[in-house]
Amino acid sequence: MNLLVTLITAGVTFGTVLMYGTLGEILTEKSGNLNLGVEGIMYMGGAFGLAGAFYYEKAVGAAASGPVAIVLALLAAFVAGCAASAIYSFLTITLRTNQNVTGLALSIFGTGVGQFVGEFMRLSEGGYVALSNHLKDSFAAAIMPDFLQGIPVIGPILFSHTVFFYMAVVLAVLMHLYFTRTRSGLYLRAVGESPATSDAAGINTTRYKYLATIIGGGISAIGGMVYIVTTAGCVWNHEGLSGVGWLAVALVIFCIWRPLNAIWGSVIFGAMMIMYLRVSLPFMPQQLYKILPYVVTVIVLIFTSMRNSRDKQPPASLGVNYFREER
Amino acid sequence: MSNVTRTPFVRLAKRTDIDPRRAWIIRVASIVIALVLGCIPMLVTGTNPVEAYSVIVQGSLLRPVYFRQTVKIAIPLLACALAIAPCFKMRFWNIGAEGQITIGAMCATYFALYWADRVPHVMLLLIMFLAGVVGGGLWALIPAFFKAKWNTNETLFTLMMNYIAIGIVAWLQGGPWEGRQGSQIIPKFADAARLPNVLGVHIGWIFSLVLVVLMYFYMNKTKQGYEIAVIGDSTNTARYAGMNVGYIMMRTMAISGAISGFVGFMIVAGANYTLYSGVADGVGFTAISVAWLSQLNPFAMIVISMLLAVLDKGSTTLQSRLGVPASVSDIITGILLFTMLSCEFFINYRLIFRGRAQDKEDGK
Repeated sequence: MNLLVTLITAGVTFGTVLMYGTLGEILTEKSGNLNLGVEGIMYMGGAFGLAGAFYYEKAVGAAASGPVAIVLALLAAFVAGCAASAIYSFLTITLRTNQNVTGLALSIFGTGVGQFVGEFMRLSEGGYVALSNHLKDSFAAAIMPDFLQGIPVIGPILFSHTVFFYMAVVLAVLMHLYFTRTRSGLYLRAVGESPATSDAAGINTTRYKYLATIIGGGISAIGGMVYIVTTAGCVWNHEGLSGVGWLAVALVIFCIWRPLNAIWGSVIFGAMMIMYLRVSLPFMPQQLYKILPYVVTVIVLIFTSMRNSRDKQPPASLGVNYFREER
Repeated sequence: MSNVTRTPFVRLAKRTDIDPRRAWIIRVASIVIALVLGCIPMLVTGTNPVEAYSVIVQGSLLRPVYFRQTVKIAIPLLACALAIAPCFKMRFWNIGAEGQITIGAMCATYFALYWADRVPHVMLLLIMFLAGVVGGGLWALIPAFFKAKWNTNETLFTLMMNYIAIGIVAWLQGGPWEGRQGSQIIPKFADAARLPNVLGVHIGWIFSLVLVVLMYFYMNKTKQGYEIAVIGDSTNTARYAGMNVGYIMMRTMAISGAISGFVGFMIVAGANYTLYSGVADGVGFTAISVAWLSQLNPFAMIVISMLLAVLDKGSTTLQSRLGVPASVSDIITGILLFTMLSCEFFINYRLIFRGRAQDKEDGK
C-alpha cells in the first residue's frame, strides 16, 4: 500500500510534465496538425522558463518572490513555445510544407535552441546556473493546506503536489469543456476532422489551425519548464528532458485525444517511467519497464484502428494539409 | 453596387512552367538565407559569423582527417535517406527509421559477439549484414502489416516502434550482452567483425553510393517503383488498376526497413565497433529531412547529406576553437530545413500583389 502511494505520488510529479506536453499536443492535433516538434518545443520551454526565473532573480536579488518567479517562468516558457509552434504553423498552414518533415525539423531546431540557451547561460554565468534555494522551494512547494496533506493515503496522493499539477488539471477540465460545450470548440474539431467541409460551412480554417497550434505549442512548452524547475531541481538538464516530448506524443494516442484522459493517463505514464526504480517484478528485467508506455500506446493504437469505433479515432485530417484549391 | 469584393492584397497562382534555372536560384537563395539567419546565435555569443563559418568549413572539409570524419557522418544519413525515399514516395510516413537502424544494428551485433571465433572474416560480415537487413526489414513490416490490414496510423506507430527498439537495446546493454559486470557497455567487436577501410573511411561509403544508383533505378525504371508512385498519387487509382495496395505497402516497407537495418549494420561494424542504445543517434530522423529536401531524388541526397554532415562536424570544431556551443549546428540545421522546406512553396506558387495584378488586367 505504502509502495503504491509513493509510486503514484512520484508518478504525478513526472506525469505533470507529460500532462502539459500532452494537453498542448491534443489541442494542436484537434485542429488536424500533427506537430512532431513537441520534443523541441519542450526543450525550448525548459530553457527559456529557467532563463526567465534566473534572470528575474539576478535582476532583483534577494527580494525575488516565489509567485512572481513562477509567473515569469510560465510566461517565458509559454511565449517560447508559441514562437516555436508559430514557425511550424506558418510553414505548414501558409507555406504548405509537409507536416511530418516540418515537425521533425522543429524538433531538431528546438532541441538545438534549448540546448544553446542552457549552455549559453552556463558559459556566461561562469559555469553553473542555479536558482537560490528560496526560489527552488517555492517552485517545488506543495500548495494545499497541511490538514489536507495529513490525511493518510488520500493526502499524499491528492494534496501533496505542486501548483503546476493543479493548474494542469484545471487546464484539462477547461479544455474538455471547450471541446464539448462551446461552439468554437465544435468548430475546431470540425476543422480537424474535415477542413474542406468546415471551410464550405464558412469557418475560418486557417485561423483555427493557427490559434490551436500556437497555443498548443505554448502549453506543451510549459511542460518542459515544469520538468526543469521541479524534477531537475532548477538546473538545466537536457539529458533528463530528452524523450519527454515523444512520450507526450505517445500519451496523446493513449488518451485517444481526450483531455480528461490525460489526467490519469499522464500519471500512469509517469509511474511507468519511474517504476523501474521502485518495483521489481521477478519475470521482467527492470530496463524493459521503460518501453512499457510505448508498448501500451502501440496496443491502444492497434485496437482503436481494429475496432474502428467512430469516437475513438484520431482527427480524420490529422497530418494532412488543407489547400482550398487542391481538392 | 458597394459589395464588390476587393482583390485581396496578395493572391497565389500555381506556376505550371517554372524555368529550372529560376527554381535553382530560389533554392540556393533559401540556403543563403538560412546561413544568414544562422549568424544570430553566433552574434549572441559574441563570435564573428564570418570567422565561425570559415572554421566550420575548415573543420569539416579542408583537412583529410576532418574530411574523412565528415564523410563518416554523411554515410548513414545518405543510406538511410535512400531507405526512406520509397516510403515517402508512396506517402507512407515511415518515421521509424531510427528504430529500424537500432534493430538492424542489434541483430548484426549478436553475430559479432557470439560468432566471431567460429566463422572467417568475410563470412562473418556477410552473416552480420544479412542479420541486420532481415532484422530491420521485419521490424518495419510490423507497422506496415497493421496499416495494410486495419489502416492503423503509420506515423504514430512507426514513431512508437523507435522507442521500443531503443529500449530493447538499452536492456541488452545493461543485461544479457553486458561486458564487464555493471559497466553498462557491450564489449568492442573482434577485428573479424569490423568493416575494412577504403581510402581511410569504412567501405560503407562505396555501398552507399552503389545504393544511390540502385535506388534511382528501382524508383524510376522498375515496375515496383511505378506501383509505388501510383499509390503515392492515389490509392484508389492503384486499386482500380488492380494493384494489391496492402501487399505493395508491406513490400516497400520491408525494403525500406532492410536498408535501414543495413545502415545499422554499417554503423556498428564500420564506425562504432560496439552497440549502445543511442546507436542511431537521430540519423533516422535527420535522414527524413534529407530525403524530403532532395525531393526523393537519390542523387540530390548525396549533396544534402554532405551539407548536413559538414555542419555537424564543423560545429564540433567550432566549439573547441571558438567556444560556441556545438548545439549551434542543430539550430542552423533546423533553420536550413525550415527555409529549404518553404522555398518549394515559392517555386510552386507565384505571389500576385494587388497593385501589379490590376496593372496586368488593365492590359499592362
